[in-house]
This record gives sequence, C-alpha cells and structure tokens, in this order.
Amino acid sequence: MKNGEPIIRFRDVTKIFPRPDGRGEFTAVDRLSFEIDKGEIVAVLGKTGCGKSTMFNIVAGLIEPSGGEARVVGHDPFREFNFFRGKIGIVFQGDRLMPWRTALGNVLLGLQILDTEPKQAEETARQWLMRLGLSGHEHDYPHALSGGMRQRVSIARAFAVDPEILLCDEPFSSLDEMTARDLRAEFVRLVRQNNKTAVFITHQITEAMQIGDRVLVFHRPARIAYEARLGARMNEPARRDVSEEIMRVLAIENRADKP
Amino acid sequence: MRNSRTLRVLQAAAGIGALAAGWQILSMIFPHYLFPPVPEIISRTIEVLITGSLLADVLLTAARIFGGLFGAFILGGLIALFIGQSKTAENFVAPVLTFFQGIPALSWVVFAIIWFHGIEFRVLFIMVMTTLPAFTFQILDAFRSMSKDLFEMTMSFRPSRWTLFRFLVVPTILPGILTAWKVNLGNAARVVVVAELVGATGGVGYQLLRQQQLFDMAGAMAWTLQLVLFVLVVQQTITALENWLLRYRAVSERAM
Repeated sequence: MKNGEPIIRFRDVTKIFPRPDGRGEFTAVDRLSFEIDKGEIVAVLGKTGCGKSTMFNIVAGLIEPSGGEARVVGHDPFREFNFFRGKIGIVFQGDRLMPWRTALGNVLLGLQILDTEPKQAEETARQWLMRLGLSGHEHDYPHALSGGMRQRVSIARAFAVDPEILLCDEPFSSLDEMTARDLRAEFVRLVRQNNKTAVFITHQITEAMQIGDRVLVFHRPARIAYEARLGARMNEPARRDVSEEIMRVLAIENRADKP
Repeated sequence: MRNSRTLRVLQAAAGIGALAAGWQILSMIFPHYLFPPVPEIISRTIEVLITGSLLADVLLTAARIFGGLFGAFILGGLIALFIGQSKTAENFVAPVLTFFQGIPALSWVVFAIIWFHGIEFRVLFIMVMTTLPAFTFQILDAFRSMSKDLFEMTMSFRPSRWTLFRFLVVPTILPGILTAWKVNLGNAARVVVVAELVGATGGVGYQLLRQQQLFDMAGAMAWTLQLVLFVLVVQQTITALENWLLRYRAVSERAM
C-alpha cells in the first residue's frame, strides 16, 4: 500500500447472487464506491437487506465481488486471502463464541491460528480480557457468561490479533441499551487508543452518530445514498441536522420499497 | 445431584435384582440344565474372569471388537469428511452404504468365510463392514451440523485446512463420534459373537459354541455375561469421557 492511499477502497463494486429458488438473480451491491482512510471509524447505515453485510463480507474476503474492484490495504481481500492473516479482526452480530472453549480459549483462537508463541498468546489474551473487564472469567464457558460478557469476549478476540482493520456487523444489536452503550464507548476508546481503522455496520442512527467519524447511508441495493463527516468538534445543532438528513434519506428509501 | 445419581444407581440395581430373582424362581421350577441357579452362574462368571486361559478368550473378543470398531471409525470418518464436502460424492457413496446397511451380519460372515482364509482378518472384515455405515452416517450428520456462523468466524482468521480441522471440525463432530461409538459398541458386541461362533477358534463366541455342544447353560450364561460386562464397562468409560470432553455444555437443573 502506498503512503496516503486509502486503507479500504471500493470502485464500482457489484455483487449479484442467484435467487435461492433458482429463478434469476438479485443485485445486493450495485456499483458501490467509497474510500476509508487509516484511523477512521466509518459507520455504515441502511435498512435490513440493503447489502451492508454483503459489503462487509467482501471487505472480509469471505465473498468475491461480481464486478468492480475491492481493495483492502492495496490487496484483493478474496483472491489474496492469506495475505490478510491477522490484518482483519471481525466482531459479528452474534458473539460467535466456540461453546467448547472457555473465555480465554476463545480469545486465544485467532492467536493460535496465527501461530503466536503459546506463552505470549496467553499473556495477550489475558490482557485483553482484563481490559474488557473480564478478569476472573478466563475459565468460564460461554454458557456461563451474560450476553454482554460474551460480546466483550468476542471484541477481545478481534482485538487480540492486533489487526489493522476492525469490521463490526451490528455487534451490539442483541444487547440491552445500557450494556450496548457501555460497550460502544469502550469499543471507540479501544479503536482510538490502538490506532485502528474500523467499519461499523448498524441500523441505528444514534449508534452510527455516536461511533462514526463518518456515516455512510446505503440505498438498496447497496450504493451510497448519503454521506456525512462528523468529527468530535461538530456542535450539537449540526449533529442534529445530520441525524435529520439521515432520517429523511431512510424515509425516502422506505417509501421507494413500498409497492 | 449426588442424591439423584445414587437414586439412579439404586433403581438400576433394583431392576437387575428383580431379573436375578425371577431367574432364581425359574431355576426352582425348571431343571438346572435349563435354568441354573444364580449363584452358580455368578461363580462360573468369576471363574472365567480369574482363570488366565479363559480370560484370554474374553480379551481376544474385546480386542476384536476394538479392532473392528477402530477400523470402521477411521474408514467411516474419512468417508464422511470426503462426502461431507461434495454432494456428488455423497450421491455416489451414500446409496452404497445404505445397501451395505441392509446386508445381515450373518451374510457378511458367510462372505468372509468364502473370500478370506485368516480368522482374524475375517473377523475384522465382518466387524468393519457391519459398523461402517452407521459410523459414516453419524459422523456425516455431525459434520453437516457444523455452524455456518462459527465457520465464517474461524475463516476470518485465515486458518490453514489442518488448523480449521483441529480447531473447528474436530470439536464439532466430537459429540457425534462419541454417540457413534456408544451405539456401535452394542452392535459390534453382537456381531463379533456371530463371527466367532462360525469362523473362530477362540473368543467368547467360540466358547459359547462349546457350551452349546456341552449343553452347559451355566457356562453359556457366564460367557454371555462376560460380553455384557465388557459392553457396560466400555459404555461407562465412554460416558465418563463424554462428560469430561463435553463439560462445556450447559445443563439445566431440571435435567439433573
């Protein structure tokens, strides 16, 4: 990756899937273009089924675009799959913890896959559990942890491999508001402190506004309908204006969907 | 929990005790060559266990059961993992295994006697062929139940195929493997006796044939009990192993 080059770049990326019933195809992502710079936290907003998760899976290298060009740190995330070992950390919608591993074992997973020296790996995993307030729960199995604690473990798992990029797919959507708010603040603090780049998918405007340096609002199929740069110095009335504009864009999307 | 375990043991003991009592009553009604008394059966059973040359027959049968099950497990596991990744392969292989499942154990015994010379190879062949389909289908089912979410999560760390197998596939199919062992153990114990009865010169099946020729019911019962005890001990060992390996599973207090 050259200096100054965006860390994630989509140019006219399209993803077409065959319909599950085998009759024809549908477009999930339609000529999507955007760039994300190093150190940015970008919140991606959109209605359910607008292709946010498809975009997410393309960045993660789990699926290949049907057209256009997707580049992450200057490389193709799908074709150069192994190049990205340890470079991308993902926090999923559900905690996706392995039920047969303890909290410590789950945080160790990525480190073990990356062949980190065992002693070093355990130390790193313990440190991340401690940073996320889970000291004393290292040997608890997921079923013994609350939803919030499990999601903390999954955040620790993503951070433990020290990735350049963090991808988050509605990670707090299944938690109660109090827990979600605490974790959101914790997440932003950790991203800033560790100088990471993060893409945060959400369907909540307040969450996007709270987390993002920038908010991208998606059409259905995925294409940018609205983009706003936020920043810490943005005053309250200006934030309210952005929030109202996002609501207006989403309302238009809603009307367009109705027959 | 301890109380409920004690209660279960007591209930099981009461069931076995009732069976023994019923048998003892029958031994008082019918001649002993048909229904020998329970103490005689117990003493003959102990005699087999403490007499080296007789115990060797029990151990030989145990080795044959383990050999057959292990062979079927390895082969079945490889087939399951192969067809689990290819629908086309499954379309070819699954009907063959289903066909094998329909062949009676006794037919495999006849085929083995016609095809092969060595006794041990015959028994191994029979054991493998009779337990292979069940192992394959049970491991395949466990493989298919692998969580897509966990698969994607693991893949996000870019593991090698071997690492993916170790960290995700093995723990996923482990409960299925343990169930397959428990189910097939009983089947194997029955099949091995048939195989030994017809084509072996040692083992529990061979000894049962001898007792039949001597018209010795107490001996037949003693040798049968060796097999029952063997299955019970191995089942309990697998259950203990299962409880330890799957200790991560949440248990509802109501289920205890």
